[in-house]
Amino acid sequence: MPRTVAPWETGRDLLVRAEATTDPAFGHKPEERPAEEYLRYGLINLDKPAGPTSHEVAAWVKRILKVEHVGHGGTLEA
Amino acid sequence: MTGVLPVTLEESTKVVQALLHSGKEYVCVMKLHGDAPQERVRKVLGEFEDIIYQRPPLRAAVKRQLRTRRVYYLDMLETDGRKVLFRVGCEGGTYIRKLCFDVGEVLGCGAHMQELRRTRAGPFVEDGTVRLHEVAYWFGEWRQNGDEAILHRFVQPMERALGLIPKIYVRDSAVDAVCHGASLTAPGVLKLESGTRADSMVAVMTLKGEAVALGRALSSSEQMVDANRGIVCKTERVLMPRGVYPRLWKSGEEADDKKRRRR
Repeated sequence: MPRTVAPWETGRDLLVRAEATTDPAFGHKPEERPAEEYLRYGLINLDKPAGPTSHEVAAWVKRILKVEHVGHGGTLEA
Repeated sequence: MTGVLPVTLEESTKVVQALLHSGKEYVCVMKLHGDAPQERVRKVLGEFEDIIYQRPPLRAAVKRQLRTRRVYYLDMLETDGRKVLFRVGCEGGTYIRKLCFDVGEVLGCGAHMQELRRTRAGPFVEDGTVRLHEVAYWFGEWRQNGDEAILHRFVQPMERALGLIPKIYVRDSAVDAVCHGASLTAPGVLKLESGTRADSMVAVMTLKGEAVALGRALSSSEQMVDANRGIVCKTERVLMPRGVYPRLWKSGEEADDKKRRRR
């Protein structure tokens, strides 16, 4: 029996329903956001050190970057 | 425990739910409490692939009911006496500590998890991670220097968290309605990724690649691409603020259709 496919092993095709263009007057490509906005809508792919909990590490990031809110993508702890 | 931990900043924290249920991969050192032949260990590890049953541990923040979890793969890498090194790909919320304990039970000698490192969290892998001291250093450099390229060295756009979520690309005219919580209707849809089933989580995106909202698909990709009317997905979590795109409650295509019919 073939083993289950992991989500990162699935390929997807792009199905086109209609064509259109996007107006450059509104919004930004994510990579082109102005610095403050880039940070506020950004995340950090962190390599968590051993010792502190995931919550503590996120709190450190919050302190270093002086931001109001942080979250993390899944607790990594003992 | 070390490894891949995506940390969301300010507004991007809204994408966390896309990550919590996404798959994870770990490399683990399990310590057996007795001797067992390598081939027997490999065979038992193989029995934990596919679907397993687990009850969350006491210290978990979730309801302690028995639940199923998918293990996509469990590959033994090497053994060293009673130590077993393995790589495991699994659904979010799978307790590797409990898995090691259960492997020990099946083997008969008992076992515990000695060391764990996360090598993947959804679309995020070890390649491309930064350490805490690097974050502190580059942040200081950016503040001093003002060069935006420095900021990009350690911060990524929140859209990267949606790497494994099937996407629906919409017209500019459909964006603001979704930002107000409206469901997405067929005329607003331009392109979408295949492989979506009804009820799966989808990401509504602009053609510029900006995340508009997380939603729940009401039908499959194939049905959505053929649809001419009706609701295509229910908006569950708005990610883009209102007003970034102009307020146009009728999509361009639908408004043109109505004008034609009136003549």
